[in-house]
Amino acid sequence: MRPFAYTRAADVDTAIAEVARDSGSEYLAGGTTEVDMIRIGVARPRRVVDINDLPIAAIEDLPGGGLRLGGLARMSDVAAHPAVRERYPAVAESLEKGASAQLRNMATMGGNLMQRVRCSYFRDGDRACNKREPGSGCAAIHGVNRTHAVLGTSEHCIATHPSDVAVALTALDAVVRLRGPDGERTVAFDDFFLLPGDTPDREHPVGHGELITGIDLPDLPMARTSHYLKVRDRESYEFALTSCAAALRMDGDAVAEARIGLGGVATRPWRARRAEDILIGAPATAEAFARAAEAEMADAVPRSMNGFKIELAQRTMVRALTTVASRTGGGAA
Amino acid sequence: MTPREPGRTGTAVPAVPRQATGAEEHGDLGPGPVDVLLTVNGTLRRVTVEPRVSLLDALRERMGVTSPKKGCNQGACGACTVHVDGRRVLSCLTLAVSCQGREVTTVEGLADGDDLHPMQRAFAEEDAFQCGYCTPGQLMSAVALMEEGHTGDDAEIAEWMSGNLCRCAAYPNIRQAVRNVRDGAAAEGER
Ligand SMILES: Cc1cc2nc3c(=O)[nH]c(=O)nc-3n(C[C@H](O)[C@H](O)[C@H](O)COP(=O)(O)OP(=O)(O)OC[C@H]3O[C@@H](n4cnc5c(N)ncnc54)[C@H](O)[C@@H]3O)c2cc1C
Ligand code: SF4
Ligand code: FES
Ligand code: FES
Repeated sequence: MRPFAYTRAADVDTAIAEVARDSGSEYLAGGTTEVDMIRIGVARPRRVVDINDLPIAAIEDLPGGGLRLGGLARMSDVAAHPAVRERYPAVAESLEKGASAQLRNMATMGGNLMQRVRCSYFRDGDRACNKREPGSGCAAIHGVNRTHAVLGTSEHCIATHPSDVAVALTALDAVVRLRGPDGERTVAFDDFFLLPGDTPDREHPVGHGELITGIDLPDLPMARTSHYLKVRDRESYEFALTSCAAALRMDGDAVAEARIGLGGVATRPWRARRAEDILIGAPATAEAFARAAEAEMADAVPRSMNGFKIELAQRTMVRALTTVASRTGGGAA
Repeated sequence: MTPREPGRTGTAVPAVPRQATGAEEHGDLGPGPVDVLLTVNGTLRRVTVEPRVSLLDALRERMGVTSPKKGCNQGACGACTVHVDGRRVLSCLTLAVSCQGREVTTVEGLADGDDLHPMQRAFAEEDAFQCGYCTPGQLMSAVALMEEGHTGDDAEIAEWMSGNLCRCAAYPNIRQAVRNVRDGAAAEGER
């Protein structure tokens, strides 16, 4: 492990100034990605700026009915919070299906959005990887790619975005709050995760030194019956093969509005807009859900080992939507 | 129970205020060795480590507190589980320098003298281990689990203990030990 210096910031402005003024400095929150990345040599900071003392860990009501999750709020605290469980159950469920109890006690919401991919070639310094070393190639495309993405891929990178909670936040239209040396701005969740294209090393529109101070959830009554379903190789403590966050608003027996996020299948937390559009006005039946799911996966590009995800993702969507329909009191289930 | 003193850098020191660790004028510590003051199992300790040193390595290699184990060193196995300020965390992904002023508890701190913690006793009674390598991490997780209140049924215990792998697959016995402590605590409460 390469040596680095350490500083502990006492307030938000100092933390931002400390990182912004030095290209070799990186934030340290829970450390569950950062320490791992430094140890395997993928991250090479000259200095880490510890942000754990900053007062941005609260979970607070927003005027107008939304909820703000502090950038430093721990995954475990967000999952346990009554307002999250009641008003955005998909968020609580996705958090509790992520990592382990110990990791969730350490890991923060901001860090979760910034976590790096789990592609084994990305972690292995000897293998070609455009994300780690731009221009070096992608060992996964013709390698072991069972866990890789089928949506949003490019010929330069097919790594799956690993976060669970980001899938729920995508479906529920969350907004990321950033603060940098030039002030504050907000970025819609949809714009926060970049497709790999020919620059897979660029994952977020975040400038050096910009700090995630919070994540805002909008007031969304339909989120009260939302649900997150995660399918994986073992029952717990494993990344998703496929996952789905879903919410429905019913108008009688017909779907008035649908929100669907997909995990495990795409290079970013995937908003299934095509499926959402198809569902509007449709009955909340397994057949209708299956038609929407099929349409969503129509453009999927399988590689040698991950073709099964196309079918599995559709079934995951149907099951998640069926559960939501039963929670909403409408439909087939 | 006080941890063994290895006589190296991890010696008991008198109480001093947080952050009084030198180099704080411009805020940076390291990359060379820096002094870190932290409480380990109730005793204030000073350890001199580079910022890159994990809490796990500081405990094991510098302070003689060897119950936390290094299984994977990448957050995947739970063998290094300790409590920091009362919460279970992974010491392999925690920097020792970030524990300045914090309270760390390991298995060495569970017993009261020769009187084992109820969870330790339950593990022994139920044979909740074979090789024992994962056991300190299992114990620290199980003790935290009781406080977190996720011991409702076997499925819940399994889910909330899933961050602690056991290659000997002592899982049924571990769950039994947790159940025993849970039921013992409930019986205690009824009295
Ligand atoms: C074994 C293992 C299993 C896991 N399983 C899952 C899983 O199933 N599901 C899942 O979703 N995740 C999983 N994770 C990932 C975990 O959730 C992330 O590592 C964690 O959320 C990162 O948060 P952190 O606070 O530890 O970030 P850190 O490691 O401290 O930081 C991560 C990155 O974000 C930057 N950063 C941190 N905070 C901010 C901020 N506020 N603003 C701007 N930049 C910031 C850091 O500079 C760094 O680059 C797993 C991790 C491990 C090790
Ligand atoms: S899939 Fe992406 S992260 Fe994995 S080797 Fe290819 S370029 Fe690297
Ligand atoms: S050694 Fe820390 S989780 Fe495996
Ligand atoms: S007892 Fe051997 S690993 Fe658990």
